Amino acid sequence: MTVDPRNLRPSASFTPHHIAEIHRAADEGIYEIRGFGAKRRMPTFDDLVLLGASVSRYPLEGYRETCGTNVVIGGRFAKKPIEIKIPITIAGMSFGALGVNVKEAIGKACTAMGTSSTTGDGGMCEEERQASKLLVYQVLPSRYGLNPDDLRRADAIEVVIGQGAKPGGGGMLLGQKISPRIAKMRTLPEGIDQRSASRHPDWTGPDDLTIKIEELREITDWEKPIYVKVGATRTYYDTQLAVKAGADAIVLDGMQGGTGATQDVFIENVGIPTLPALRLAVQALQELDMHRKVQLIISGGIRTGADVAKALAMGADAVSIGTSALIALGCNKPVHLEDYEALGTAPGYCHHCHTGRCPVGVTTQDPKLQERLTADHGARLLRNYLSVMTLELQTMARACGKNHVLNLEPEDLVALTVEAAAMAGVPLAGTNWIPGRGTY
Amino acid sequence: MIDVDIAGTQVRALNQRLHALPKDTNERAWRVLNPMGAHSIAAGLTQPIEVRVEGHVGYYCAGMNKEATVVVEGHCGWGFGENIMSGLVRVTGNASQAVGASGHGGMVIVDGDAGARCAIGLKGADIVVGGSVGHFSAFMAQAGSLVVLGDAGDNLGDSLYEARLYVRGSVASLGADCVEKKMTPHHLQKLERILAKAGMTADPKSFRRYGSARKLYNFHADHADAY
Ligand SMILES: Cc1cc2nc3c(=O)[nH]c(=O)nc-3n(C[C@H](O)[C@H](O)[C@H](O)COP(=O)(O)O)c2cc1C
Ligand code: SF4
Repeated sequence: MTVDPRNLRPSASFTPHHIAEIHRAADEGIYEIRGFGAKRRMPTFDDLVLLGASVSRYPLEGYRETCGTNVVIGGRFAKKPIEIKIPITIAGMSFGALGVNVKEAIGKACTAMGTSSTTGDGGMCEEERQASKLLVYQVLPSRYGLNPDDLRRADAIEVVIGQGAKPGGGGMLLGQKISPRIAKMRTLPEGIDQRSASRHPDWTGPDDLTIKIEELREITDWEKPIYVKVGATRTYYDTQLAVKAGADAIVLDGMQGGTGATQDVFIENVGIPTLPALRLAVQALQELDMHRKVQLIISGGIRTGADVAKALAMGADAVSIGTSALIALGCNKPVHLEDYEALGTAPGYCHHCHTGRCPVGVTTQDPKLQERLTADHGARLLRNYLSVMTLELQTMARACGKNHVLNLEPEDLVALTVEAAAMAGVPLAGTNWIPGRGTY
Repeated sequence: MIDVDIAGTQVRALNQRLHALPKDTNERAWRVLNPMGAHSIAAGLTQPIEVRVEGHVGYYCAGMNKEATVVVEGHCGWGFGENIMSGLVRVTGNASQAVGASGHGGMVIVDGDAGARCAIGLKGADIVVGGSVGHFSAFMAQAGSLVVLGDAGDNLGDSLYEARLYVRGSVASLGADCVEKKMTPHHLQKLERILAKAGMTADPKSFRRYGSARKLYNFHADHADAY
C-alpha cells in the first residue's frame, strides 16, 4: 500500500531536527555539545545595505584614491597602544580547541596583514607568540596557564567575561582533546572532560573589575591596552560598566559568535544578535562621550568585507573573526568526505569541533589530522582571505566617499526589514522610519 | 632596609620601583609604610627581595608574585597572592576572599582566618591558613595543597581536581566530588614539610586529608544531580 504524500503533514513545532534531538537525548541522557555558532535565523548585517555616493555625495576613485584602514587601540590609558593596519582582528580561540598548526598559521597571517591575534582559554601557545607580532593575551575565569611573564610579553590584555555563544557559561574541552601538552599547560589530568569556570575566581561585579584591571595595569606597568570582552546580553549596561571599570577597549561578541564546544541549547537560546548589541554598545559609549576613545571591537557572524563596512558604519572601531577565519583555513570544505561521514555529518553542516576529529585538521590535537593543514599553508589561506575582506571593505568605503574606513557612519546605512531597522537603529529603506524612535 | 611611605596614592611609584630592580640588586629589604588598604601593593614582583608592609592592604596584594617574599603585618582584602608563581607571601592578620586564587607555585600563608573561596582554582601553590577558612574553599582546585589549622566552611573542595586538602578542625560540609582520603606516610611527610616551611607548629597526624573522588572527571548522565 502506498502512502499518499499529501497526508504526510509535517509539524512546525516538532520538526525532523527536534524529533531526532529528543530521540538522541532519550538515548544518551546528556545534552548536545557542539562547536560552531548559532544556526537559527536572526537579523544580521545582511539586512542592512550601504548607500553609495551619487549626486548628493561623491565617491572616491576605486583603484586610485587611498582609503585608510588602520586603527589605534588603547589610547585611553595604555602607555603603549597598539596599531592594527586593518580593522579585522582574529578572535581568541583556545589552544586546545585549535591545534598548534592553526595557532601558528593565524599568527603568521596576522603578522603579514599587520593585525592582531588573540590567545584563548588554556594560555599562550609559544608558536603563536613567535608568529604573531601583535598578540592579545586573554585573562579568563579558568586562569589556565596564566602567568605574569606571558602577561608582560603580550601586546594587549583581554579580560574575558563572556562569549556570545555562551554568555554566563564557562568553557568546555572534552577529554578527547586534552593531549599531554594541553593537559600540562592547564595543570589537569589527561583525558578528562574539562569544564572551565564561568566566573572569575577573585572578583565579582563591576567595582571589583575596576580593581582587577588596575592590578593588571600595575603588573604590566600601565603599558598594555586592556580590553574587556563580553557576550551580548545586557549590552548597554555592560558596556558602560566596562568603560567605568577602566577598559581601553570593549570586545563585544554577538549571540551568533562561534565556539569550540558548548551546549547547543545555550548557543541557540542565550544572548542577543550582533546587530542590536552593536547599536546598544555604540549608544552606551556615545552617552559617556567615550565613542572612538574606548575602542569597540565587534564579533559574531562576520564573514565579508561588507559585514565589516556595515559594522564600522554602525560605530565599531574594528571587528574580530573566529568562525570565518577557520572556514578560510578549510573548515567545512568538501574534502575527506569519509571523515565527515564518520562524524555523522557532511561538509557545509559540520559543527563537530568538540570531537577533536576535525576532518580538515583545524580543530584537532591529533598530529595525523593536523598534517592536513600546515602552518604555512594555513597562513597563506588566511592572509588571502583577510586581504579580500579588506579590499571589499575599502571598495564599499570609497563608494560611500570615505578616505578612511572609520569615516563610515550610520547615515550610510538603511535596513531592508523592520526588525533590522529597529535593532540597528537605522531607517527602513525608502523611509525615515526607525522603529522605536519618535512617537511610533 | 628601604622605607617607602605610600600614604595617599603612591602604589604606582612603589610598584614601578620594585619592578625596575635589576636581577642582582642589593636593594633586597623593603618596608612599606601607611598602606591604608590600598590595592595591588607589591603586585607583579619578580626578584628575590623581601617586602614588609606595615598595616592593612586592599585587594590583590602580592598578586602574581614571583620569587619575592612579601609579609603584610595587618589584614588584607580579596585575592591575596592571587596567581602566585613562586616565592612566599604572608599576612599576619586575617584575609578576605580568594586567597591565593589560581596560584601556580610558591606559598601563601594566612596567620589568622581566611574568607570564602580560599585557594580557589589552585594550580600548584601551597596555601597555609593558621585559622579557619570560609565556604567553597579549594573550589575547582587543580594542584597544590590547602592546609587549614582551624575549621573549613561549607562545600570544601567542591569540583576538586588533584589538589590536596588538609584540615585539622571540623569541616562543615564537603562539596561535590570531594571525599575524605587516607592519610598515608607519604602525605604526612609532605604536610610536615609544608607546615615547617610556613613556620606553623602543628602535629601532621592531627589533620585529616581530603581529595577528589574523580567521579566528575568525565560527563556521565547518571551524575546529573551532582553538577
Ligand atoms: C574554535 C573556537 C574556540 C574559541 N575559544 C575561545 C576562547 O578560548 N576564548 C574566548 O574568549 N572566545 C573563544 N571563542 C569565541 C571567539 O573568540 C569569538 O568570540 C567568536 O568566534 C566570534 O564569532 P564568529 O565565530 O562568528 O566570528 C572561540 C571560538 C571558536 C570558533
Ligand atoms: S570542519 Fe573542523 S573546524 Fe569546521 S566545524 Fe567541522 S570539526 Fe569544526
